[in-house]
Amino acid sequence: MKLKGKVFKYGDNVDTDVIIPARYLNTSDPAELAKHCMEDIDKDFASKVEPGDIIIGGRNFGSGSSREHAPLAIKASGVSCVIAKSFARIFYRNAINIGLPILISPEAAENIEAGARIEVDLDTGTITELESGRTFQADPFPEYMQELIKAGGLIEKVKREVGQWQE
Amino acid sequence: MGMTMVEKIIAAHTEHETVKPGQIVNARVDMILGNDVTTPVAIKEFEKIGVDMVFDKDRIAIVPDHFTPNKDIKSAEQVKMIREFARKHKITYYFEVGRMGIEHCLLPEQGLALPGEIIIGADSHTCTYGALGALGTGVGSTDLAAAMATGHLWFRVPETIKFVYNGKLNKWVSGKDLILYTIGDIGVDGALYKAMEFTGEAIESLSMDARMTMSNMAIEAGGKCGLIACDEKTEAYLKNRAVREYTPYYSDPDAEYARVIEYDVSKIEPQVAFPHLPENTRPVSEAGGVKIDQAVIGSCTNGRMEDLRIAAEILDGRKIHPDVRCIIFPGTQEIYMEALKEGLIEIFIAAGAAVSTPTCGPCLGGHMGILASGERAISTTNRNFVGRMGHPESEVYLASPAVAAASAVKGYITHPEEVV
Repeated sequence: MKLKGKVFKYGDNVDTDVIIPARYLNTSDPAELAKHCMEDIDKDFASKVEPGDIIIGGRNFGSGSSREHAPLAIKASGVSCVIAKSFARIFYRNAINIGLPILISPEAAENIEAGARIEVDLDTGTITELESGRTFQADPFPEYMQELIKAGGLIEKVKREVGQWQE
Repeated sequence: MGMTMVEKIIAAHTEHETVKPGQIVNARVDMILGNDVTTPVAIKEFEKIGVDMVFDKDRIAIVPDHFTPNKDIKSAEQVKMIREFARKHKITYYFEVGRMGIEHCLLPEQGLALPGEIIIGADSHTCTYGALGALGTGVGSTDLAAAMATGHLWFRVPETIKFVYNGKLNKWVSGKDLILYTIGDIGVDGALYKAMEFTGEAIESLSMDARMTMSNMAIEAGGKCGLIACDEKTEAYLKNRAVREYTPYYSDPDAEYARVIEYDVSKIEPQVAFPHLPENTRPVSEAGGVKIDQAVIGSCTNGRMEDLRIAAEILDGRKIHPDVRCIIFPGTQEIYMEALKEGLIEIFIAAGAAVSTPTCGPCLGGHMGILASGERAISTTNRNFVGRMGHPESEVYLASPAVAAASAVKGYITHPEEVV
């Protein structure tokens, strides 16, 4: 699967408190959460983001709270994929579990600038900067996570397993 | 080759004899935790799975603690949803307002987090239970839903970093200072994806309350868990509390570690983490007398009896600075009652502090002490991110209860010895 969009770029340690501040966690409605996504570090994000756009972060993206509202808000805002130098572990789990594609590529995170248009090939992990044609390679997912992604997320996988037990 | 504590705990919960770092396994979980922020999302996912009941009503704890007592209508609706879920599934450990506590103070106190167990919680500070020798780790709501349905969850076996704390602690230096110092040393992603194991004579000398403070903040270094081996203090703490039998696990002498880091704690003084990362630590003597508007003492990090006693020792017979609001949150109703009987609550109120029912409240900018733009708080909580306690232009400085209480008296960040 190929994703295409323009880049929103942020630095290291983008934490889940800035992705979606706790003052909005009295709801779990993704559309409502998306309205406030990133607002404490980028007031314009919610109004400027378009379907398919891609977030690039630095090290330790998604650090802090376990709130799944963070990847949910990103996904509901239309973002197709997040690329970073590294992800905090709970955010990493949550993104995979809910089907938000995330890729680890320090080179892409280092070299691609905000506003660039890029294409991400999720099958190969290749990230292409469309204007320059430069390509970057993301780390492949471990086999178990590939299965999870193919199944359509954790709930779909568990549903199948539970179905098998019940039979 | 020997195994680390976390490897042994994970292996014991799978069909594998041994596991090694990097391996992904499906493991049985002993206890599952959700709160009022994360459980509503989990319930929606749980209902998609197609099971009628949770896998075991005695192995799930649901604690509405973040926006409770309900701060607004939306929060009330969220809690109503989880309360109804708890009733429907006859969840044994649902804790209602008035009989609850901040989840990570409450579960150990209720004997629900035990050595050798795997405890997952849809709350990042679930790593607190590492202080009891348990693999406590934070997960998301979808993980919570899957685990409630099946009793199992996928885990990547982490490498372990061993921390050895040698020497004797100086007066006013606490578990909070050790963990802040450690995070300052290795950084907020210094233990990313890894288990942290806290060892050494200084750890052995710490109370269970102080150990829980340390393990609580493992996540602030990116850690999956912050383990402390079960010893006689752990056993004494769990006596008359533990609700289940348990089996402690210990790292083998020849276990393989990703890194071993040693500290001489006699050289560590009380620490303060400056905005906006827990790694921005400085010794309090180099904090430069930052003026504060609010002091928060409590939370899952520092809301236990030892924390309240230290705060009371400093506030006894003194007054909160006229320009400061000091808000104190006992971690659980039991702690609140004990503090009341010991006379600590009277000391706090006489000093001019506000004392609240247990809640996560201001720690995450929920309610009960939100900061306005430009305001600064010294806080015994665990995060000082942008906007964490309120306005995006407010600031949070993290410290121990001793430093927070002393600063509340002076009106600026200060060493406790300047007050007592």
